[in-house]
Amino acid sequence: MTSIDSTQEPRLVASSAKVQSNAVSLGVEAGELVAKGVCAWFSGRLVLADVDLEMERKKVTALIGPSGCGKSTFLRILNRMHETINGAELAGSVELNGEDIYSPQQRATTVRRHIGMVFQRPNPFPAMTIEQNVLSGIRFNRIKTASKDDLMEECLSKAGLWTEVKDRLSNLGGALSGGQQQRLCIARALAVRPSVLLMDEPCSALDPASTLRIEQTISEISEEVTVVIVTHNMQQANRVSHSCAFFLSENGQPGHIVEVGKTEKMFSNPEDPRTLDYVNGRFG
Amino acid sequence: MKKKRRAEDTKNSEQASGPQRRIVKTRDFKPIDVGLLTVTVVAAYSIVWIVFNQLTLLSGEPGLVICTVGVFLALYWFVNLQIYGRHMAVDRLLGGLVTLGALCMMLPLVLLVYYVFAKGLPLLSLNRFTETQAGVGPLSPISKGGFLHAIVGTLEQVALAAVMGIPIAILTAVFLNEIGGRIASSVRTVVTAMSGTPAILAGVFIYSIWVLTVHDYSGFAASLALAILLLPTVTRGTEEVLRIVHNDLREASMALGAPDWRTVWSVVLPTARSGLVTSILLGIAVSIGETAPLIMTVFGAQVMNANPFKNPQAALPLVVFQQIKLPSQSAVALGFTCSLVLFIIVFTLFVLARVLGSNWLQKAFRGRTKGPGESSNEAIVEDLMAVALAPAMSMGLPSDYEKPRDEYDPDEDTRT
Repeated sequence: MTSIDSTQEPRLVASSAKVQSNAVSLGVEAGELVAKGVCAWFSGRLVLADVDLEMERKKVTALIGPSGCGKSTFLRILNRMHETINGAELAGSVELNGEDIYSPQQRATTVRRHIGMVFQRPNPFPAMTIEQNVLSGIRFNRIKTASKDDLMEECLSKAGLWTEVKDRLSNLGGALSGGQQQRLCIARALAVRPSVLLMDEPCSALDPASTLRIEQTISEISEEVTVVIVTHNMQQANRVSHSCAFFLSENGQPGHIVEVGKTEKMFSNPEDPRTLDYVNGRFG
Repeated sequence: MKKKRRAEDTKNSEQASGPQRRIVKTRDFKPIDVGLLTVTVVAAYSIVWIVFNQLTLLSGEPGLVICTVGVFLALYWFVNLQIYGRHMAVDRLLGGLVTLGALCMMLPLVLLVYYVFAKGLPLLSLNRFTETQAGVGPLSPISKGGFLHAIVGTLEQVALAAVMGIPIAILTAVFLNEIGGRIASSVRTVVTAMSGTPAILAGVFIYSIWVLTVHDYSGFAASLALAILLLPTVTRGTEEVLRIVHNDLREASMALGAPDWRTVWSVVLPTARSGLVTSILLGIAVSIGETAPLIMTVFGAQVMNANPFKNPQAALPLVVFQQIKLPSQSAVALGFTCSLVLFIIVFTLFVLARVLGSNWLQKAFRGRTKGPGESSNEAIVEDLMAVALAPAMSMGLPSDYEKPRDEYDPDEDTRT
């Protein structure tokens, strides 16, 4: 039960030159994310077992399933946020454009910059203005930009917030409404130009109107970045995603994937009866 | 305040538009309630007075006060029960208990401030701030001489102590809260133990390793001792406010690819800024009033010595201590005046720190309004408490004032 599965080792020992070049190319454009044999433990308890999943470039992949089935844990493994929790361990590999993000040559901070994340609860930085919030990633990573104003406008527009806040960019981010705060967080995540954006139930704390607005935002940004979204809302998964992965944890078993497929197929005629039951709201 | 204003607005619009709307006030304390309260207090006191002095011939002020409070609460509950019913009676009873608690807390503070003013004010004049004790002897008139040398000494010593102690304290708090690990708990134990160290020990320590070796008495020796004393206070206070910073924000920062130091510097510390200022001011307040370590480190002086690195210096708390020990009554009175000077200096310093601090921050954050959960009234109350600490310390009163923890909500803390 090591942090990185030992069977993966031969592949990990790539020539450093190749890694270097790949590390540079990492995240220039929308990325393809492939998880292989991902397992996760919390304090020695296996919560996620052998998850294989491909998240296609410039597509929205929805992770659905009842609470406690390991969706969020899996999502956090995808950008190395899992390891920040005490007692959390994992096995398997996650590849972004063919490069293992858990290889020793990769820095966690670089990985997280390329694979951004939006959280369940809106969490703009309360001590910063709207403008500073959007540009915080640029500042934290010392990324050079030609024009910060252009970048800010671009990201806020993509997140569907520009028209609402353009006259009060120097207000505090915390003064916005919940839905606006969440869109601000999306803009903030987009500003570092990630190749993948992970969203952990981004609408669960929001009202229907804000949810709709964010769903629009998701379909717009999926033209440029790969999106992986965890959601409890079946209609939402149906509306925004191109493909779905159904996670389940039955009878104390660790969470695993029951079925993966195109969203239309998953919602109309899935292969597994449990998937059909779940998407029709018969359990979970 | 806000609620009241809204009520008035509604009233005004009601007069303009016409229809009668009665505002429902669920927690209103009407004039009749004030009357009720007064009558109950008088009744409680009268009953207890009769029982104490006429019937049973008990005696003693403390007993009288405690019994009055008890009888008052019982009466108050009963009267409210008769008028408003059970819910309101319990509400008022508990409200009374809580208010009493607050009063018990405020009483020593108010008495202390009053005492210092009452004793110190008669001899306070402008020259206390502009003159030193140079050439002032036992036969000089009492109006002669001031504490400028001690003011300069105290400010220099505390400034040096703050410069040395505060960065270390904040780094320690960041280590304890943001990095943690196995050593953290033992470090925390050491910090806790340090905050219980008798102040005089810090003085003895510096005396033996600094003063007795080649260095001799100096303001700097005092600031070393003060730095040791303010270290645990600021560390604990800072750790407490860093803990309030929501973990979501750290995660948000990490998810943007920020390194840990960046997260601490740009997200955690700015978010905890207001509490940070409070704990720093608290640390300064503690160190500015310390007397014991000064005796063995600065020694004291009658004349101005502006160089903190060489020769004995004066310090305000030390002057208070030395004056109060003197046999003549006028010297003791002058000691109180000196505490009042200390009080004024500390208060001015804190108000300046708050005002300048917020102005500077306002500029830094471009016209930002007040942050969430941050009220200037609260800050001023905190400052007042801290200010009252300073003379309390110099008079040897115990002071256990710690930062209020009400902002911390364990349910909000999602860290595992």
